[in-house]
Amino acid sequence: MSFPPNPNPNPNPRPNARDIEEERETEMSIETERSSTESEVSGLDYEETALTLGLPGGKRGFSETVNLGIKSSLIEARGDSSGDRSDESPDCNASVAEKPPAPKARVVGWPPVRSYRKNALKSCTFVKVQVDGAPYLRKVDLEAYRGYEQLLVALQEMFSCFTIRNYPNEERKLVDPVNGTEYVPTYEDKDGDWMLVGDVPWKMFVESCKRLRLMKSSEAVNLAPREARR
Amino acid sequence: MAAKRKKELEGEEKPQENRISTFPDEVLERVLVFVKSHKDRSAVSLVCKDWYNAERWSRTHVFIGNCYSVSPEMVARRFPNIRSLTLKGKPRFYDFNLVPPEWGADIHSWLVIFALAYPFLEELRLKRMTVTDDSLEYLARSFPGFKALSLVSCDGFSTNGLASVASYCRNLTELDIQESGIDDLGGSWLSCFPDNFTSLEALNFANLHSEVNFDSLERLVARCKSLRVLKVNKHVTLEQLRRLLIRAPQLMELGTGSFSQDHKLRSDTELENAFSNCKNLHTISGLWVVSSLYLPALYPACSNLTFLNLSYAPLQSTELAKLLPSCPLLRRLWVLDTVEDKGLEAVGSSCRLLEELRVFPADPFDQEIMLEGGHSGVTESGFISVSEGCPNLHYVLYFCRQMTNVAVATVVRNCPNFTHFRLCIMNMCQPDYLTNEPMDEAFGAVVKSCTKLRRLAVSGLLTDCAFEYIGTYAKNLETLSVAFAGSSDRGMQCVLQGCPKLRKLEIRDSPFGNAALLSGLERYESMRSLWMSACKVTMSGCRLLAREMPRLNVEVIKEDEGDDIQAEKVYVYRSVAGPRRDAPPFVLTL
Repeated sequence: MSFPPNPNPNPNPRPNARDIEEERETEMSIETERSSTESEVSGLDYEETALTLGLPGGKRGFSETVNLGIKSSLIEARGDSSGDRSDESPDCNASVAEKPPAPKARVVGWPPVRSYRKNALKSCTFVKVQVDGAPYLRKVDLEAYRGYEQLLVALQEMFSCFTIRNYPNEERKLVDPVNGTEYVPTYEDKDGDWMLVGDVPWKMFVESCKRLRLMKSSEAVNLAPREARR
Repeated sequence: MAAKRKKELEGEEKPQENRISTFPDEVLERVLVFVKSHKDRSAVSLVCKDWYNAERWSRTHVFIGNCYSVSPEMVARRFPNIRSLTLKGKPRFYDFNLVPPEWGADIHSWLVIFALAYPFLEELRLKRMTVTDDSLEYLARSFPGFKALSLVSCDGFSTNGLASVASYCRNLTELDIQESGIDDLGGSWLSCFPDNFTSLEALNFANLHSEVNFDSLERLVARCKSLRVLKVNKHVTLEQLRRLLIRAPQLMELGTGSFSQDHKLRSDTELENAFSNCKNLHTISGLWVVSSLYLPALYPACSNLTFLNLSYAPLQSTELAKLLPSCPLLRRLWVLDTVEDKGLEAVGSSCRLLEELRVFPADPFDQEIMLEGGHSGVTESGFISVSEGCPNLHYVLYFCRQMTNVAVATVVRNCPNFTHFRLCIMNMCQPDYLTNEPMDEAFGAVVKSCTKLRRLAVSGLLTDCAFEYIGTYAKNLETLSVAFAGSSDRGMQCVLQGCPKLRKLEIRDSPFGNAALLSGLERYESMRSLWMSACKVTMSGCRLLAREMPRLNVEVIKEDEGDDIQAEKVYVYRSVAGPRRDAPPFVLTL
């Protein structure tokens, strides 16, 4: 069986946002986009078509394409970020660059990571590490370290730009040798307070630490000095 | 035992029809014993009736890729002497929650038939099947010579089922429940192995959450002198692992427990010594909660390592870079993307013999990482580094957040021998991030360069063009996975028309409809299965397919009542057993 080329080429079969909105109201709303050749081929009446897929991206963004009625695929959609994809027309490149970062839509079973694997990794005591001024996050597993010393060494290795500088009053800071900026390791505890790392016994720290942030010394003045802490 | 049985059965079975040759059955059967591959055996059985009969009497292992393609009664009728059975059940997309849990693939009906037909059954290897505790107890009690049980990605049972197996399978050599979703009611099952039980060769309980009694485990390991595979769970500490290694220096595959701080560990040297005693280790996995401080203890055990599975160990690039030089013979490496591109550079420079690389995402759904446009994970540059250093690479599974067409083309130019190429760009429908073009050319390059390609998984923004390439060039392709790709029916049509060896096609969320589905009318009987979900296929299209091809089971999974026109999830497979008799209400067989 050979299929003649579609005489009605629709280079962008995906609906735009407005179409989607209308779809939502009329459950059975249909939009024929098939060519006549298909009826010839199969002898069927194709008056129904399109499951309009509302693949993420659409023409302008995913934020409007909430709840497409593709119940099996979407569980929630929260807007778009770099999921915007280019159309087949060549001059759409500009649209992608200026997208404001927004949360991505979540889809059942995507990315295709098995639940077993997801669950196995989730149970680790990971905390995020953020460095002021760096565009990325890392994660560390606090259970993997014996104490503060090893943690700092690991942070140093991880953000390889730092060296550790020891102060006589037992404070330790991480220093960026390029510009001499000092960073103070801080963490957010269970109560949501930001504290200096090293205040509490290690085990207590592991249990209460929710995330780490390497804060520029200049900004860390807001944190109470160690002696003043309860 | 087997030989004796065979003689009895041969006496009963003298073919009546004229013989083509005077080659005696007995000799033919003795020769056929050496034919192991099931593909070869299938070929043998097609030669003539004599050979068909000789083959069926001499076959001891059956592989069934889709448990619904045939019935247990049919298997028992055709093959009287089976000792080992491999069965696969649910469609692969079950792993990603696209198939409802009570879909089927329950092993019990098979066990009931086999208890009568194969009382001497020794091995059962299941993948994606439902196995209940009752079934496990039934198995343990029905087959006195039972030896090997392997349950990969199965569900439906609990640790009680394991207790039955441990208690009643006196000749057990293998118990492997890797990656199965099991109800973990506690670790006491391990203590059910009798004290005089010594035949164990392989034990894998890495995925269990509960703690087993360590004394029982240690004694078990000590008395099972043939133990070559041991994969424990995270509760086993380093000191405990050390003690196990002292008892089993002959181990060939080791799955460690937790690899982090352990106060009971007397010294790091003792741990290292325990590892260096294991001269036969070729596979290491586990490394749950790994501390880089202890990794060096592994180094002495790595000299003969061919497979290193670090996919649950979130290592940083420096840690990996320090570990790899100790593994010069590495052929297979699984890592998390925490190692980043720098880690992959280390792979490229240290692992000259590498044949398989899998990079899994540590945080596939982390919103924050995506929010900040994060550079976490691996990119196209890590992929290129590996391809430059590892010319023997033929299997890749790569999860990333950005990729370019040029990078993929470079990779396959460096490594043209790919047989399995699975690229997952995690952001849906993402184009080449530098040129903003679809990723068509990337996969075009893959199929053009890699003539031996058997398995392909595509991702990123793809038009029909990608599928035209696949249909034109991928002549050895057997398995294709498609998600959020293509522009029209033509895409799927190209694949169905162009890939003569295609056996499994699984598609989700792509704009392929009835015309595409029906274009494969004549293909599906030579394929194992087709899965299409959230595509444009309708019930009428499926009904037509079912009507035209009676030897296919066309099943539609209908989870919500509203829509009678769309066929949300379609599963088509060839079967000689007719429609399923155990289909749940939401599975409609057309």
